[in-house]
Amino acid sequence: MAVTHPVTNNAIHMLLRRMRAPLITVIIIYSIAILGFVLIPGMDAEGKPWRMSFFHAFYFVSFMGSTIGFGELPYPFTNGQRLWTLFSIYGTVVAWLYAIGSMLTVIQDTSFRRVINRNSFDRAVRRIKEPFYLICGYGDTGNLLIRALAKRGIRCVVIDIEQECIDALELEDKGIDIPGLCADASDPDNLIIAGLKRPQCTGVIALTNIDHINLSISISSKRLVKNMRVISRVETHDAEANMASFGTDYTINAYDTFATYLATAIHSPSKHLLYDWMTSGSNAPLTEPIMPPHGKWVLCGYGRFGKALRKNLLLEDIDPIIVELDPEGTHAPRTVISGRGTEASTLHDAGIENAVGVIAGTNNDTNNLSIIMTALDINRDLFTVARQNKSMNDHLYELSDINLIMQRANIIARKISTLIMTPMLDDFLRLLSLRDNQWANILVSRISGLTGELSPHLWSVRINNQESPALIQYLKESPHIVVGDLLRDPRKRENKLDCLVLLLKQQTKEILVPDITAGLHEHDELLICGQQYSEQRVRWIQTDYNVLSYVKTGIDRPSGTLWRWLAKTTQA
Amino acid sequence: MNLEKVIFAFFTVLALTLNFGFFIGQIDNPDHHHVYELYAALIVSLIATVMKFGDRTHLGAVLLATSLVADLQLLVAAVVWGVAEHITETGLTASVVASIVSLSGGALLANITSVVMLVMETAQVRR
Repeated sequence: MAVTHPVTNNAIHMLLRRMRAPLITVIIIYSIAILGFVLIPGMDAEGKPWRMSFFHAFYFVSFMGSTIGFGELPYPFTNGQRLWTLFSIYGTVVAWLYAIGSMLTVIQDTSFRRVINRNSFDRAVRRIKEPFYLICGYGDTGNLLIRALAKRGIRCVVIDIEQECIDALELEDKGIDIPGLCADASDPDNLIIAGLKRPQCTGVIALTNIDHINLSISISSKRLVKNMRVISRVETHDAEANMASFGTDYTINAYDTFATYLATAIHSPSKHLLYDWMTSGSNAPLTEPIMPPHGKWVLCGYGRFGKALRKNLLLEDIDPIIVELDPEGTHAPRTVISGRGTEASTLHDAGIENAVGVIAGTNNDTNNLSIIMTALDINRDLFTVARQNKSMNDHLYELSDINLIMQRANIIARKISTLIMTPMLDDFLRLLSLRDNQWANILVSRISGLTGELSPHLWSVRINNQESPALIQYLKESPHIVVGDLLRDPRKRENKLDCLVLLLKQQTKEILVPDITAGLHEHDELLICGQQYSEQRVRWIQTDYNVLSYVKTGIDRPSGTLWRWLAKTTQA
Repeated sequence: MNLEKVIFAFFTVLALTLNFGFFIGQIDNPDHHHVYELYAALIVSLIATVMKFGDRTHLGAVLLATSLVADLQLLVAAVVWGVAEHITETGLTASVVASIVSLSGGALLANITSVVMLVMETAQVRR
C-alpha cells in the first residue's frame, strides 16, 4: 500500500461527519414520502383502483423533489394522492435545502478550507521533481529572494504564518509554480509537509522576523534531515552564536552586512563597487561608485544597526558622534548627544556643520527622513546614509537626496540569492577583501571593459564528467588545457569571448583571477564573469569534443567515424 | 448512558431484525416475503450507514464497510424486484423470488457481522 495521506483523510472525514444529520434527514423524508404513495390508493385510466408500486413511487418522489411540475404519473392522481404530494413537496424541498446548505457551509468553513489547502499544497510539493528550497517567511525579504530565484528557474516552497502573505504569493505571477502554505514554521510537522524530508529539498531558508522562530526552524531542519543546508536571518548576536553552535550553514545579520558594506566603501570604493556589481544580478545597469568621505560622521540612533556601524567605522579610524534619545538604555558611549536627531538643535550640538557624513539609523522611517532633511538644510555637502525599515516607503526614500539607503530586505535577499546561485562568489569576495585598492581598481576597469553598461553575468564551471565531458575526455588524452582555451570563441578561435575568470578553485589552492596560462585539472571549479552570451559558448566548449579540439588546435576535427578514418589514412 | 450510542445501536440492530424478517420463510414463495419489509430494511440500512460516516477508529471503518455491503445487497435485491415487476414484466416467479431472498440473505450476513462487532466493542467498554 502507498503511504497514507493523513491530510487527505481528514478532509473526507470532516465532510462525512458534518453531513451525517442532513443525509439522514433526506433519507427519512424520502422514505416517508415513498411509503405514503405506495399506501394511498389511486385510480388508473379506466377508473379502476390502482396502487403505486415502490418503483413508481420512487420515480415520482425523485423528480418531485427537484422538478415540481413534471405531471402526475403514470395516471392522474386522486385527491388523496394530491394531498400527500403537497406534504411531500414541502418535505423533500426542505430536506434538500438543508442538505445542500450544510454541505456548502462545510465547504466554506475555514477549518475545512484549511484542510483542503494543506491537501493541495501537499500535492503541489510532491509534484516538484527538481531540487527546491524551503523558504519560511514571506515578507519583503522572501518576496525579493523568491523573485530572484524564480528568474533563474530555481523552485521554492513557502511557509508563512499570515494568510495574507500566502494570498499575495498566489496573486503574484512569478513564472513558475510556487506552492505556499499558511502555517507555523516553528512546528516541525509543517516543515515536513512542506517537503523537508524529500530528497529534492536542497536547503531551508529561515526568513521570519523573529529570531527564536528562525532558531527553531534551523534546529528542526538539522535534526530531521542530516546535512540539510540551512540559511537563516538573524537580528541579534546572541541568536547568531546559538545558530552557529549547532551548525547552521549561514547566518545573515542585515545590520552587520550593511555596516561592513559601508566600511568597505569608505576604505575602498573599488572593492565596494565590485561587491555591488557581483551581487546585483545579471544585466542590471552598472552602478556608479560611491565615495563616502573620511572625516567626522554623525550617527543618529544607537540600536543594533547603530552599534554594528560604529564597530565597523572604528575599524576605519572613524569615531562617529552618536545621537540617541535613550543613551542609558542603549549603553551608548559617554560622548553621546542626547536627542532624536530630527531637530536642528541636536544636530548642531553634534557638530553637523563640520561633519562629512550623517547616518539616520533609527527604526522609524519618518524620523530617518526627517533627520536627513534637517541635516542637509544645515550642511549641503553631507554624505547621507539612511536606514529604511519598510518597503512601502521606497518611493519617499527615492525622492529624498540620500547617497546610500540601507534596505534590510534587499540586503538579506541579495546575500542569500548569491549564496544559492553562485556559491563560489562568497569565496571570491572573501579573497577580494584581502587584496589592496590598486588591485581592485584594475579589476574594476577590466570588468567594465568587458560588459559595458550592464552588470556582469556570473556563472560557475565545474570540470567533472557531468558538466564538462569533453574537457575530461581531452584531459585524458593530452593533459594540457589552460584557462585561456575556455575563453576562445568556438566560432572563430582568434576572437576572445567577453568574459573573465574571477576565481579558480583547485583541490589544494584558490587562485584569484588566474592567468590565461593557468592549467586546468579534473575537479577544478571556476567562477567566470562576463556577458551573458558567452556562458553558452563556454558550455559548448565544455561539452562538445570537436569544438574543444577546434579552439585548442584550430583544426576542424571530422566527426564521423568514416571521415575520421579517411583523415587518418590521408595523413599517413 | 450515551444517546449517540443508543441511536447507533438501535439502527444497527433494527437493520438486522428487519432484514431477518424479510429473509425468513420459504425461499421461492412470494407470499413469505413482503415488499414493505424489504423497503423498511433498505431504508434502515441506509440510515445505519450514514450514522457510521466520519468515524475514524478502525472498528468504525469495518462497521462502515459491512454496512455498505448490506446496502449494496439490499439495493440489488430491490432493483431485481423492480425489473421483474415493471420492466421485463415476468412477475414474481419462484426463481425471481429466490434470487431476491438470497440477495437479502447476503445482506443478513453482513448485518450479523455488524452486530457481532458492536457487541464485542460494547463488551470491552467497562463503564
